[in-house]
Amino acid sequence: MKVGVLALQGNYEMHCKVLEKINIEPVYIKYPYELDMVRGLIIPGGESTTMSKLMNRIDLYDGILSFAKKYPVLGTCAGLILMSNKVVDSNLTPLRLLDINIKRNGYGRQINSGTVNVELKLEDTDYSIPASFIRAPKIVDYNNVKVIAQYEDVPVIVSNGKHLGISFHPELDNITILHEYVFLNGDK
Amino acid sequence: MSKDLNKIKVGLAEMLKGGVIMDVTTPDQAKIAEDAGAVAVMALERIPAEIRKDGGIARMSNPEMIKGIQKMVSIPVMAKCRIGHFAEAQILEALEVDFIDESEVLTPADEKNHIWKKDFKIPFVCGARDIGEALRRIGEGAAMIRTKGEAGSGNIVEAVRHMRTVQNQMKELTVMDSEELMATAKNLGAPFELVEIVAKNGKLPVPNFAAGGIATPADASLMMQLGAESVFVGSGIFMSEDPANRAKAIVDAVTHYKDAKKLAEVSSRLKSAMKGLDISEIPEEQRLQERGW
Repeated sequence: MKVGVLALQGNYEMHCKVLEKINIEPVYIKYPYELDMVRGLIIPGGESTTMSKLMNRIDLYDGILSFAKKYPVLGTCAGLILMSNKVVDSNLTPLRLLDINIKRNGYGRQINSGTVNVELKLEDTDYSIPASFIRAPKIVDYNNVKVIAQYEDVPVIVSNGKHLGISFHPELDNITILHEYVFLNGDK
Repeated sequence: MSKDLNKIKVGLAEMLKGGVIMDVTTPDQAKIAEDAGAVAVMALERIPAEIRKDGGIARMSNPEMIKGIQKMVSIPVMAKCRIGHFAEAQILEALEVDFIDESEVLTPADEKNHIWKKDFKIPFVCGARDIGEALRRIGEGAAMIRTKGEAGSGNIVEAVRHMRTVQNQMKELTVMDSEELMATAKNLGAPFELVEIVAKNGKLPVPNFAAGGIATPADASLMMQLGAESVFVGSGIFMSEDPANRAKAIVDAVTHYKDAKKLAEVSSRLKSAMKGLDISEIPEEQRLQERGW
């Protein structure tokens, strides 16, 4: 099983390490044709404005959209922003893979960044995991998604059954369960 | 939120990988940088080439100017303080900049000591010419290392020297016997625990970026191929004839740094790069890279 990691900018290497831990072969994606090789995609953390501009410059936008009709996409932080329906404080055009509205840096600048614990349930198992927020985006509105975890009554992990979006960075804390859930368990 | 500070600081550096951090002196330049796809901007009053030309004491930027840039863009905003000037760093933290560059480009405030960076909530980047210098800065709490290069020169040769030196020294450490590490740490002037970490992992425990003399998409690609994980461009953009196009071309070059066809394409529409200086034209006492201890 091969899963792509969008490697335009950001911490794509760390997602590769997580995939290797769960015996999935990571493939860097820099061009649309490379999506033909994989059965899932990760949009990593980084700068969403930068990634969005680079995606447009090489026509990856439509490539990801048609890929996402068939295969699951997991996004963290900037990836969540790109997967959203609407970004309320920016003219960035997202992919609209998840029916959520996002405020960029909704948890503040770097000085407000930090780690908390969040509780979640996956496949009937309860977990408590560290969640590292770094200039993280906030989900300010949502529809038609399942809230998998929240922090201070705001969703921080959401799924629509196929795609999963996370406002923090599980890859920084070596958390593998969310990658497993998306790529190894089939449609939910 | 609880603060495992080091993880969160290094975490932001991780998010900036594969990107370009651009020096800007006005909100309008910051906007040009953001529109080109910069991952962050460095707010400063004069770019290094101007500091070199004007002389005088180069200090932390005016807070009003930094605030103007923070208002203009949504990407991270970095700012520089003088080496050892922890009061300037405290002010930058109060302004909530996202990253502080304790920089040799400004006139040093302390000729023996750098800032104790672990006391701060926001991350620091520091310049290094070799692995000893890099590990001393990491020991003080730096969350990112960059080559010093020779800022404001438009000449890549010093950045290449520094990147190659650090990469070669890391490789050497990985093949050493354990018995050799202590003497090596002593000779490098580096904290032993960090020498051990590099010997084991073959890389620095924080991201390693390139800076100092990058002026073209090819320069950016060269540094990435030599092992840099991102690049800083100081004078190279806004001293060139077409800053917006050059900024965009360098962003594309960093993402596609191994794709020579793409590099040819992005390089082909550019006007003249900054003129630049041969290092031998810069008297030794005016070389910024000599600052830092």
